[in-house]
Amino acid sequence: MAGYYHQEDLARFGDVGKNAPELWQKFNEWYGAVFAEGALSAREKSLIALAVAHALQCPYCIDAYTTASLESGSNPDQMTEAVHVAAAIRGGAALAHALQMRNAVDKVSM
Amino acid sequence: MSFAPAGQLRILEPAAAPHPRKAFDTALSESGLFPLRATGVQVLQINVGKVCNQTCKHCHVDAGPHRRESMSRETAEWCMRVLERTTIPTVDITGGAPELNPNFRWIVERSRELGRHVIDRCNLSILLVPSQAGLARFLAAHRVEVVASLPYFQEAQTDAQRGEGVFAKSIEALRLLNSLGYGQPGSPLKLNLVYNPAGAFLPPPQKALEADFKRELARRHGIVFHSLYTITNMPISRFLEYLLRSGNYERYMDRLVQAFNPMAAAAVMCRTTLSVGWDGTLYDCDFNQMLDLPVRGEFSHVREFESTRFASRVIATGVHCFGCTAGSGSSCTGTTAG
Repeated sequence: MAGYYHQEDLARFGDVGKNAPELWQKFNEWYGAVFAEGALSAREKSLIALAVAHALQCPYCIDAYTTASLESGSNPDQMTEAVHVAAAIRGGAALAHALQMRNAVDKVSM
Repeated sequence: MSFAPAGQLRILEPAAAPHPRKAFDTALSESGLFPLRATGVQVLQINVGKVCNQTCKHCHVDAGPHRRESMSRETAEWCMRVLERTTIPTVDITGGAPELNPNFRWIVERSRELGRHVIDRCNLSILLVPSQAGLARFLAAHRVEVVASLPYFQEAQTDAQRGEGVFAKSIEALRLLNSLGYGQPGSPLKLNLVYNPAGAFLPPPQKALEADFKRELARRHGIVFHSLYTITNMPISRFLEYLLRSGNYERYMDRLVQAFNPMAAAAVMCRTTLSVGWDGTLYDCDFNQMLDLPVRGEFSHVREFESTRFASRVIATGVHCFGCTAGSGSSCTGTTAG
């Protein structure tokens, strides 16, 4: 992946708006509103984002929300537990599909 | 590795950055704050030297047991003459471990005789050093406010920054202070803690983190305190070395610059503080002191102090000042725009 992902590109995220500035602006406004303090705290939202980033395996998002989690007051113990939640859901989702396998087995079995 | 101040200033120059980086004075100009001026002297911060019993990885003073710089009695007497001639209400004693200066207790006693509020910037472990027997009781007897460093309520983060075993000593020292009345609800013996990040990131919101510290220190160790101050790590001395060594320097500086907050800039502590170095040289703040940037003008020694001369002086600034203006701001008493 090293040939495709560069840490310094994270700071150039805004370049994505060059060919569709209105869409970029709408995305930014929505993104900013999503992460503002609301019914959930900024700290909780950063932890959710960190967990989702791991589930999606986005290195930019992992980088950004590791910093955001630390800067919103989470510690590595809490961040690690959040990643385990993401991993458990991914693992559990894979395992739950075993029922599809069992259904298929049942269908072709006597 | 240890940098001389001139070398640090060369690294910090915006022109040395691999991409355009705003100068601090430009950020001030855009906010209508240039040139930055003092608004008075409310705090006389006396740095009595670089001698310390700890060698913390982030220390902007580069303090440690190997240092020999220590304020003389003569210079300490000049500092007290400043108090005698003014109504500066607060004396903030820092170091190193300021308590290791042989004149520390005299400075406290004299400042209190003059009716001034006294702050001791304490690393906590010094309270347990055998040569400092009775120190905690001395501080309590003189109603000294203790501002104590504790970067986190967990051992791993604290010891990673301040040295192995420091967290356990800090907890023991906090228990000692609590037993003397420090930090108790309603107590006049003020005990405030200082958090600073254990790495290349900005501090979390102060109030939320204070609630975490109060809950966890009470639950885990039965410790109470009054307030938590969050302080940004300054790109100076050992923390600058860490940033360069770990490959975090450019990113951290960009973060500080991008997070410039005009409200924090308007409230920076140097506007109300005068800082005295161990040799009597006057500075706008402790950070300028470590970068050898004395107050502007021909008079820059404590023996030349004249209150009217310094009350509205122009502050000496540099790129490092972005550390005090990022986000909610940072000062010796925590956030400035939170």
